[in-house]
Amino acid sequence: MRVALFITCVNDALFPRTGQAVVRLLERLGVEVEFPRAQSCCGQPQYNTGYRHETEPLVRRFDAAFADYEYVVTPSGSCAAMVRDNYPRIGAKAAAEGRGQALAEAAARAVPKTYELTEFLVDVLGVTDVGAWFPYAVTYHPTCHGLRVLGLGERPRALLERVRGLELVDLPGARECCGFGGTFAVKNAAVSAAMGADKARDIESTGAAAVCTVDNSCLLHIGGTLARRGSSVRPVHLAEILAATEEEPYA
Amino acid sequence: MSGTSGTYLGMPAFPVAARDAVRDETLRGNLRHATHTIREKRAKAVAELDDWERLRAAGRDVKERTLRHLDHYLVQLEEAVTAAGGTVHWAADAGEANRIVTGLVQRTGQSEVVKVKSMATQEIGLNEALEAAGVRAYETDLAELIVQLGDDRPSHILVPAIHRNRGEIRDIFVERMGSWGRAAPAGLGDDPAELAEAARVHLREKFLRAKVGISGANFMVAETGTLVVVESEGNGRMCLTLPETLISVVGIEKVVPTWQDLEVFLQTLPRSSTAERMNPYTSMWTGTTDSDGPRTFHLVLLDNGRTDTLADEVGRRALRCIRCSACLNVCPVYERAGGHAYGSVYPGPIGAILSPQLRGTGSEVDASLPYASSLCGACYDVCPVAIDIPEVLVHLRERVVQGGEVTRNGERVTIKPAKGHRGERAVMRAARWALDHPGALRAGQRLASRTRRVHPKRLPGPGRAWSDTRALPEVPEESFRDWWQRTRGGDR
Amino acid sequence: MSGGRERVLARVRRALADVPRDERPRDVRVERGYRRVHGDRTTVQTVDLLAENLADYRALVHRVDASGLPRLLKRLLAAHGSRSVLVPPGLPPGWLAATDPALALVPDREADTAYELDTVDSVVTGCAVAIAETGTIVLDGGPDQGRRRITLVPDHHLCVVRVPEQVVGSVPQALGRLVPGRPQTWISGPSATSDIELNRVEGVHGPRTLEVILVDGGTDV
Repeated sequence: MRVALFITCVNDALFPRTGQAVVRLLERLGVEVEFPRAQSCCGQPQYNTGYRHETEPLVRRFDAAFADYEYVVTPSGSCAAMVRDNYPRIGAKAAAEGRGQALAEAAARAVPKTYELTEFLVDVLGVTDVGAWFPYAVTYHPTCHGLRVLGLGERPRALLERVRGLELVDLPGARECCGFGGTFAVKNAAVSAAMGADKARDIESTGAAAVCTVDNSCLLHIGGTLARRGSSVRPVHLAEILAATEEEPYA
Repeated sequence: MSGTSGTYLGMPAFPVAARDAVRDETLRGNLRHATHTIREKRAKAVAELDDWERLRAAGRDVKERTLRHLDHYLVQLEEAVTAAGGTVHWAADAGEANRIVTGLVQRTGQSEVVKVKSMATQEIGLNEALEAAGVRAYETDLAELIVQLGDDRPSHILVPAIHRNRGEIRDIFVERMGSWGRAAPAGLGDDPAELAEAARVHLREKFLRAKVGISGANFMVAETGTLVVVESEGNGRMCLTLPETLISVVGIEKVVPTWQDLEVFLQTLPRSSTAERMNPYTSMWTGTTDSDGPRTFHLVLLDNGRTDTLADEVGRRALRCIRCSACLNVCPVYERAGGHAYGSVYPGPIGAILSPQLRGTGSEVDASLPYASSLCGACYDVCPVAIDIPEVLVHLRERVVQGGEVTRNGERVTIKPAKGHRGERAVMRAARWALDHPGALRAGQRLASRTRRVHPKRLPGPGRAWSDTRALPEVPEESFRDWWQRTRGGDR
Repeated sequence: MSGGRERVLARVRRALADVPRDERPRDVRVERGYRRVHGDRTTVQTVDLLAENLADYRALVHRVDASGLPRLLKRLLAAHGSRSVLVPPGLPPGWLAATDPALALVPDREADTAYELDTVDSVVTGCAVAIAETGTIVLDGGPDQGRRRITLVPDHHLCVVRVPEQVVGSVPQALGRLVPGRPQTWISGPSATSDIELNRVEGVHGPRTLEVILVDGGTDV
């Protein structure tokens, strides 16, 4: 099976290790991974701040970059949610503004092929045991877009539960937003920081060595808050846990 | 200015007010305690009904049917209420509504009225208008009483005094009840039952002598002309049945088509708001009834920005709201910022989409409200009429930064982008170009990587909003794109 | 006044420019896939559920057969220390036949003021329908229930429900039995408030004591 990796702009620039982990993981599972270089950002920061028109070229770019693929896999719940939830809205609004059906059609092509990583593993490949090894106590924070927009449900936990050596610790108040919210983190910094501090406290209370999510943008906020608090809990993307094995442990 | 109650003029933008609220430890504690208590109870009450999602869908559908044919249902309602002995008035804005109500009260010759908690009358600033006309309005809902006695502003739709804990309420009762009527009993403690008893005694004399009652309504049934008020304390029943004259001020979106439609909302509203199977009291009346209850009934149908909201096909969904408050109670932003930061009688997620539509996005606070959310979606999950609040928020953000055609006071107008977004807009345009030119993006990434050793730990200027409380991520030596190129360069 | 009416209606119509002219209200689909009643219960179980839910919201529930009703009412009024009781015009006369002769029976009269009602200790009524799932009794101003205010001002309300015939399972079933034009009061437990720290406290302005008497097997006493 051949898939395209949609790395997302945040992972590309700041978290290349996550992308490398996805490549390693999928290849270990016998999937052929390609990286179409024409890809860019999904447009979520612009769209969610109110700049819909600035987002439109990115919808077209996404469609063109992944035109040759049946599966587009991304290690980001919120970017997958952007494509699935908002691309059709962008298309519909452009059509309503009398600018034709092209964007709506691009969105319609993008939606069914885009998978968040855990969806792809569980729903398409049908695996929950990916042969990973990660000998630490880990707590899982379900990010809002993964939880409520994509409806990832038990998929991430099912994958984590089958990681050898990993002790999965329940996170109190897990369903509560961490306070990142894209530009919300700077536009409403005080509230965002208060939410982040509460989330960090809940994470620290678990005694876990690491906190994991399906989204590095939330982890950027959670990890940054933990670090500023002098906490030793490490933020780790789920893909990096799933990619780790006894032969190639998490570094 | 229609739709703007004087109380809220000149409110600071949400982030400024929220920043102060976040620092108030007592407020944070009160809100956390109250919202977390009700969250769990609501979840339990909802879980009792295995057809909750279908009730929710039906609630959404009934409201959509109503809104798409609102003119039809309003006329039908007017006919039914009139046939049942009521008088219907129409008010295009707050000023008109206040003039109508003040006139009706003055015609009774009375100088005081008792009020049931009503969002619509809060919204139009009716108490202030009555006061100016020499009529004293007594709030009778316990939380409204606390707000009125404390010379405070409401901070929650269901529990306007949610920002107050029992100790603060005790102090307000002890200090203020005497100047509004019967004083608080000596040695009043802070046990909630004792406080409720003090309110009972204080308000009793006002109920018994009342000649004019003022209410809102939760629902108005178009086919029968029936109005419905859902409450807990019995103050509603007092105001709706003891006075000789009843005046109800109700937003035009509160109409539902049929009697049968109530079967949906009377199941979803109590469980969503107070987390009860059913609230203690629900009153339903149709015009006037011979020798039972008020002999005169006036219904004031209020627009005040609702038709402007209706004109927006996406924003219109906010008018489905049945004011249950479930979205406030689950909202992490509301929990930390409190209700006052929203600068409106409608706080929380629903307020963030309702106020900027009812009032427009012209003021600083209204332009900031669509951004008062991390878009976490918890509000949409619990909404009993399935309002996708995050979608409407983003839609309104677009209106704020891009401007465009909107309806204000019934007229189509083109608004300019709101102030204060110029720098951001430039960044977004630059980003659009860069992100659409991956080569340029890659060059930028490389520059960032090469200079990574000299990146500061904290940012100056606007960047401080991030780095004051969160460490900055380290820029890696190599982007993913470069790693891929270096290790698998031949590929595509 | 009519100016306001035409202005508001014109605004509504302009705002709905996107709705096709030939669309009728009925064309907007309402999916009523929800249940008419939750769960599958026998008549006996439905009455039991009503009793359970009434009690859960702090109503005092009593069960009695028809012949025992007068004695039970006598006992409850005495236990409450009532010296006067409001009586709706159509209350079956037998219900209060056993009460202490010293108990004043106060008729529900239009001329009475709220102050006068406030001096009465208790009120006894029937009801129009009771809802098991929510623990609700509904009054609709019928002859055995009287004016709305008589069940509001006195601090003690005794409500007689004829079981099983007056009991329905659910809210949808109750609405189907009720006549919309009649003034209605739906009562679920004594008055309460959640206004202090969102915690429920019973007993505010309405009757602080609500006693519901479920009477089995006819009420022709």
